[in-house]
Amino acid sequence: MESIIQGKAFVLGRNIDTDQIIPAEHLVYSLSDPEEVKLYGKYALSGVPPAQSGLPEGNIPFVREGSFTADYTIIIAGQNFGCGSSREHAPFALQVAGVKAIIAESYARIFYRNCVDGGFVIPYETAMHLAQTVKTGDELKIDIKANTVENLTSKETYQLNALGDVFNIVEAGGIFAYARKENLMAQS
Amino acid sequence: MEQTITQKILARAANRKFVTPGENVWLNVDVLLTHDVCGPPTFDIFNQEFGEGARVWDPEKVVVLPDHYIFTANEHAHRNIDLLRKFAKEQNLPNYYDVGTDRYRGVCHVALAEEGFNLPGTVLFGTDSHTCTSGAFGMFGSGIGNTDAAFILGTGKLWEKVPESMLFTFDGEMPEYLSAKDLILQILGDIGTDGATYRAMEFNGEAIHALPMEERMTLTNMAIEGGGMNGIIAVDEITEAFVKSKTSKPYEIFTSDPGAEYFSKTRYNTAELEPVVAKPHSPDNRATVQSMKGTKITKSYIGSCTGGKLADFKLAAKILSGQKVSVPTNIVPATVKVARDLETELYNGKSLKSIFEDAGCSIALPSCAACLGGPSDTVGRSVDCDVVVSTTNRNFPGRMGSKNAEVYLASPLTAAASAITGKLTDPRNYL
Repeated sequence: MESIIQGKAFVLGRNIDTDQIIPAEHLVYSLSDPEEVKLYGKYALSGVPPAQSGLPEGNIPFVREGSFTADYTIIIAGQNFGCGSSREHAPFALQVAGVKAIIAESYARIFYRNCVDGGFVIPYETAMHLAQTVKTGDELKIDIKANTVENLTSKETYQLNALGDVFNIVEAGGIFAYARKENLMAQS
Repeated sequence: MEQTITQKILARAANRKFVTPGENVWLNVDVLLTHDVCGPPTFDIFNQEFGEGARVWDPEKVVVLPDHYIFTANEHAHRNIDLLRKFAKEQNLPNYYDVGTDRYRGVCHVALAEEGFNLPGTVLFGTDSHTCTSGAFGMFGSGIGNTDAAFILGTGKLWEKVPESMLFTFDGEMPEYLSAKDLILQILGDIGTDGATYRAMEFNGEAIHALPMEERMTLTNMAIEGGGMNGIIAVDEITEAFVKSKTSKPYEIFTSDPGAEYFSKTRYNTAELEPVVAKPHSPDNRATVQSMKGTKITKSYIGSCTGGKLADFKLAAKILSGQKVSVPTNIVPATVKVARDLETELYNGKSLKSIFEDAGCSIALPSCAACLGGPSDTVGRSVDCDVVVSTTNRNFPGRMGSKNAEVYLASPLTAAASAITGKLTDPRNYL
């Protein structure tokens, strides 16, 4: 597991549901075929209404036309990120697009579990309203040991909540890796 | 220690006497449900993690009900069905309900009840957020992702954080102008779409226990719309009669202790409630139908796991009997059984099917259809500038198809009354 995650921020509002993260019509692609997998990156966050995409200005597409990955590594969002359906395609699509971490005020349960147990992206929570502070395109640096995120653009540092109980699963890289390490499943 | 019904069911599954909200426990899973959207990637992860030749933990406990993208020309959707079929064959799964055969059932949450998989006291996980529907049967049902489902497939176990519970009590009799949909939209408007995140939503009271099972399923179905881990209703005579008519499997009944601790307790008097809608673009955006009356609609949609059960169509038929719809109206039975029941169930001497046909509705084949948009050729899929009144569960941007459509969530009564006038209409005008 990396100890630093650094990259550009993409800022969203609250209640970003899984239909906005990956619209249902795209759920038909294979999650294992390398060529089809790229399409999940292409359509990641394509369901977000344009005015709310890339705050504070909005109207910034997460993935540029013709591209399969985003220029952004860290998602900043308000409350209840990932509400809606159970589709694991949602954190997967974000990972394929190049996202490594999300910092939100809170998460919907299934999305949060999927991030952790699938080892797709790290779901950080923070008590701060970063969606109102950070601007899309700001360069951020997350220090995983210190549970902080530094905004290199604005020179501010913000506190993140510790991952707590799920840290060991995140560190292992997902529920399977964790279960093997802890001897919770028969070795295949 | 006094416990809620949810704690007791989880304690049983964890081989414990007590569990405490906030602790993580490993649960023995009774049933794993999956469908055509999440089944194939789940099986991929299973094969990859457990290796070639690995067997599922218990074939009897795996239920595969394709329902999402069934009646479409989309090749990728067909491929997903092929992948389900292949895995079911390799693993010899007895509970696979194949598309294009007389085993096809339709929307998984409704079919689980019809096929007797909903058993009081048990733990059922499914790769669909509306798996919480099963909680209407005094059991724990909750949605999970593909990785968690693959873990269960191989081990029969999953970790879960024991939830705190929120109690919602409905006193009084249900007035004929309300349905369970109005009750849950009322709650969602009060608590918001994350008001129950990581918590259990427990429903009780005189009005709840007078409801038929299918109406109770509407309540528990939309627990996830409040962020709930599960929705749950204790077993009564109505539950037992339903379960016994579907299966002879044994089950255990749990109830909340009188002194169990709750995160919150909320009481409603049904006589004070009104028909409501959830306005675009969130299930918690509640308004009374009265306050929205006259809002023009372009489409009415009656279907899905939430609003496509026989009980929902009985309510819609009460309104549509002898009437004509003035906007395109889709009737989408959740399952094949519901579709058949539309032919045999009578209202004022006429079958529900003929009531809907005579009113000018179009009746679709049973599946999830446009509830979640789906491939471009999906029946009822919303297009730009559509304003839909729908008995489904979500109205997030783009949920039913176009990002530029607006969806009002409503009861079958309100969806039917609005279909007649082409405007949001209080069902009391037609009762």
